[in-house]
Amino acid sequence: MRLPCPICGTRDRREFYYQGAASMLERPVSGELDAWHAYVHVRDNPAGRTRDLWHHEAGCGAWVIVERDTVTHEVFGAVLVEDADAD
Amino acid sequence: MRIEGKGRIGTAPVDYVFDGVRRRGRVGDTLASALMADGEMLLGRSFKYHRPRGVVTADSAEPNALVTVGTGARAEPNTRATVQELYPGLEARSQNRWPSLGFDLMGVTDLAAPLLGAGFYYKTFMWPKSFWEKLYEPMIRRAAGLGALFGAHNPDRYEKAYAFCDVLVIGGGPAGLMAALAAGQSGADVILCDEGPRLGGRLLAEDETIDGRDAAVWAQETAEQLRAMDNVRVMTRTTVTGAFDQGTFAALERVAQHLADPGGRPLECFWRIAAKRSVLCAGALERHIAFRDNDRPGVMMAGAMRAYLNHWGVAAGQSVAVFGNNDDAHRTARDMAAAGVHVAALIDARHDAQNLAGNVPFYPGFQVTRAHGRKRLEAITLRAPDGGRESIAVQALGVSGGWNPAVHLTCHMNARPVWRDDIATFVPRDGAVPGMRVAGAARGAFTTMTCLTDGAEAGRAAAQDIGFKGQSPDLPDAEDAPYRLRRLWAVEGKGRAWLDFQNDVTVKDVRQAAAENYASVEHMKRYTTQGMATDQGKNSNVQALAILADATGRDIPETGTTTFRPPYTPVAIAAMGAGAQGHGFAPQRFTTSHSASVKMGAPMVEAGLWYRSSFFPREGERTWRQSCDREVRMVRDAVGICDVSTLGKIDLQGPDVGAFLDFVYANRFSTLRPGRVRYGLMLREDGHVMDDGTTARLSENQWVMTTTTAAAGEVMRHLDWVRQAFCAQMNVRFTSVTEAWAQFAIAGPKARDLLNGMLDAPIDNASFPYMACGEVSVLGAAARLFRISFSGEHAYEIAVPARYGASLFEKLVERAEAMGGGAYGMEALNVLRIEKGHITHAEIHGRTTAFDIGFGRMVSAQKDCIGKAMAARPGLMDPERAQLVGLRPIGAVKQLVAGAHLFAPEAKPVSAADEGYITSACFSPTLGETRALAFLANGRARHGETIKMVDHLRGLTAVCEVTDPVAFDPDGGRLRG
Repeated sequence: MRLPCPICGTRDRREFYYQGAASMLERPVSGELDAWHAYVHVRDNPAGRTRDLWHHEAGCGAWVIVERDTVTHEVFGAVLVEDADAD
Repeated sequence: MRIEGKGRIGTAPVDYVFDGVRRRGRVGDTLASALMADGEMLLGRSFKYHRPRGVVTADSAEPNALVTVGTGARAEPNTRATVQELYPGLEARSQNRWPSLGFDLMGVTDLAAPLLGAGFYYKTFMWPKSFWEKLYEPMIRRAAGLGALFGAHNPDRYEKAYAFCDVLVIGGGPAGLMAALAAGQSGADVILCDEGPRLGGRLLAEDETIDGRDAAVWAQETAEQLRAMDNVRVMTRTTVTGAFDQGTFAALERVAQHLADPGGRPLECFWRIAAKRSVLCAGALERHIAFRDNDRPGVMMAGAMRAYLNHWGVAAGQSVAVFGNNDDAHRTARDMAAAGVHVAALIDARHDAQNLAGNVPFYPGFQVTRAHGRKRLEAITLRAPDGGRESIAVQALGVSGGWNPAVHLTCHMNARPVWRDDIATFVPRDGAVPGMRVAGAARGAFTTMTCLTDGAEAGRAAAQDIGFKGQSPDLPDAEDAPYRLRRLWAVEGKGRAWLDFQNDVTVKDVRQAAAENYASVEHMKRYTTQGMATDQGKNSNVQALAILADATGRDIPETGTTTFRPPYTPVAIAAMGAGAQGHGFAPQRFTTSHSASVKMGAPMVEAGLWYRSSFFPREGERTWRQSCDREVRMVRDAVGICDVSTLGKIDLQGPDVGAFLDFVYANRFSTLRPGRVRYGLMLREDGHVMDDGTTARLSENQWVMTTTTAAAGEVMRHLDWVRQAFCAQMNVRFTSVTEAWAQFAIAGPKARDLLNGMLDAPIDNASFPYMACGEVSVLGAAARLFRISFSGEHAYEIAVPARYGASLFEKLVERAEAMGGGAYGMEALNVLRIEKGHITHAEIHGRTTAFDIGFGRMVSAQKDCIGKAMAARPGLMDPERAQLVGLRPIGAVKQLVAGAHLFAPEAKPVSAADEGYITSACFSPTLGETRALAFLANGRARHGETIKMVDHLRGLTAVCEVTDPVAFDPDGGRLRG
């Protein structure tokens, strides 16, 4: 498996650390426990398109959002978490 | 027998040994061709029934001819004799027989065959239940299995490597050669892999012409043309074994298995190849026809029989016959006859077949119903279209049930192949592997001409996909006879007709599976073990599922195939794990004090990848405890030196570091002044403690954070995450500097005296109070000094660039020893911190909160931080949660052990009554008794109570008093002043 790091180019997946769903980017602003519970513990398990977080740990250190398909394994692309936050 | 004048290998002799007998083959032989030239047809015994078996194929699909090559620890079992190249001095042994290949006592299992059909194990060894472990399993294990391991460490060297290319061409037959040529001439970077030692594939095995020349010569010339191109890399003896996501392929290169002396080369190299495009030209595999005793040595694939003749100049017998259902089988009869071998019969099951083999006895519409002979074929029985029988004496029989494209790699990413009725076989599904084209026989284009055309087009198109423009190379003229066949899977009749030779599966077994309702192809496979041996049923799976389809009244597409998984051919674990034996399993990280410590006799303990000194034994000390106790007293009474470089160090810079740290730490850091250090607690987003450590503010905009040794990587990843995901607007940058600095703790009442003997400008308490930090100069070298303490003593940590670490450690220890102290290791460090109630990852083990360890008030109310919201969950603030306490033994038993659980003194020690557990324990030489840290329900309110420790594993029960976690110097007076 190869992933397109926006900084380093396409790299072997062994260079990356896998975190999980990109929903972790949507950190609740309120202190409401239900929202926090959903944020920390609740995940979709999609058969199909998914947005995941990967850390290019053995590379540039960038966190990236990779869009891929869990059924076909197709990788559609990747963007930097840092850019996503700036939006 | 060798046919002089035939074959494409050399004539130089090569001496080798098989089953203890010295023999002579020729350079270019495989073990199989050399033995066949000597008239040896019996090469092994089958897995289940120990039936005599011989060579079936001339390639890697071989199910039968498995031997052990080499001796002693280098021996390699289950090597296919058909791909093992001969080298001088090669020693090979047959397998699965005792006492000898000719006389195998386990052959009696064949007589019991009526009892041993499909599902035998499931039905027979069910009861009595207790017999399974004691009797059945050991018995089956002794009788079954192929080959044996020597039991010693494998001394062979293996390697793994990565390669990258624009176009990977898999297979170097006619299609692959043209594909590589077309892609290469377009300017693309090409890798061409082929299993064999020579490029050419089937062209080497046939007697045909390309552009008027011998096709094998054309292949050789084309191979030379490819090798001369800078952008083409030819990898022979390299099997592409798997296709994976995003154009990643696995390949096994046999680097030195064909050499008498590897000369320092690895035996095999496991490649990972990343290719932008690929062209699969894997060719096709011939399939058998099942009939009674079709497994007798001498019965082989028709294509293999003529490969041995045309490539190796070896005839499988003096008198041979050919049995097929397609035109291609006729070539074998033609070639054998032309070479002067007596062809006793060409039997074609099709009534309307025309003889394409020339002047040989032709039997259209006949079928072979039985093979005779035991250790080698002696005769065959034919059934005429009118039902009459005829027997013909032959020494070898070539069989062809048609050809199956080698679709395996196209299925590795979960695609299923497509049935093509006209050629009665499965072909690859379009787009089965993204970026892969399939050309030639691998997609059912069986003539040489179509292979050349198909390969050239696929190679050109693959290169064009990624921007290389080129023309198709000129196409040479080649054979283009149509491939016609009529399907025939099994000849009806009595007796056992064999499908999977390696796992001894018969037509009857498949039908029995269907009858017992194991009707899905995946169930049939597991019930009969069809296709589950090391050859994965390469020349039997299609027949087996055709027979299953027939038995269940379905057609073949509806029946489907089993799943093809990597690897295509067996790969040694040693090759995949190359370099990972022994210390290669994980890198070793050594501190700058490592060699000095080893010289001092310090045993090393692993901390993650790091190696740290346990203790530094001195003369007269016989146990670790004696050294540890002495080192603890040394620190408490004089001064000790400890290498703490393994702690993670992260250099943070920028005007917003304070705000960033406020967010990642539970407590506040933005208020820290330059020149000061603060202890920090880091939480996970779920509210539990992630890590702890100190962070120093060196100047207005530069900070340095320390993490625990174990969590250094995790914390770095976490900081990257928090900054990039939530603090992208902050002006902060950081990097790990763990290896850049050597850092030593100097701990004890004489610490400052020691330092002042080495610093170029002395310090005092006013200029350098507790929790101060700053730049200093030590023996002329710039250093950082931190007044922090893990031991509870007046202590410092001094950091110098790593290149000074070794010499500084030596000088620090020398001076400490002169002052009545010395180096101390992990054991003493652990005792010192338990006495002081300081936590490590034994306490912050992932399930504890700041509240649990008594640091609840560190979670600042004035600011947000990672983990703050979830840490406030009612369940995490429940006073009944286990809280950090100290323990001291007050009963007769003085031993306290980590992992033991806590119960009320009168309670039964069962899990329902569990009140907590010990995380750390040691003997404290300072206090003269055992001390422990533990988590106890509502523990902070229970200081002074009595509790019972029970360790069921060691059978220990001790009565303890609950205490404050800090057992020594609770007001911290020793830290200051």
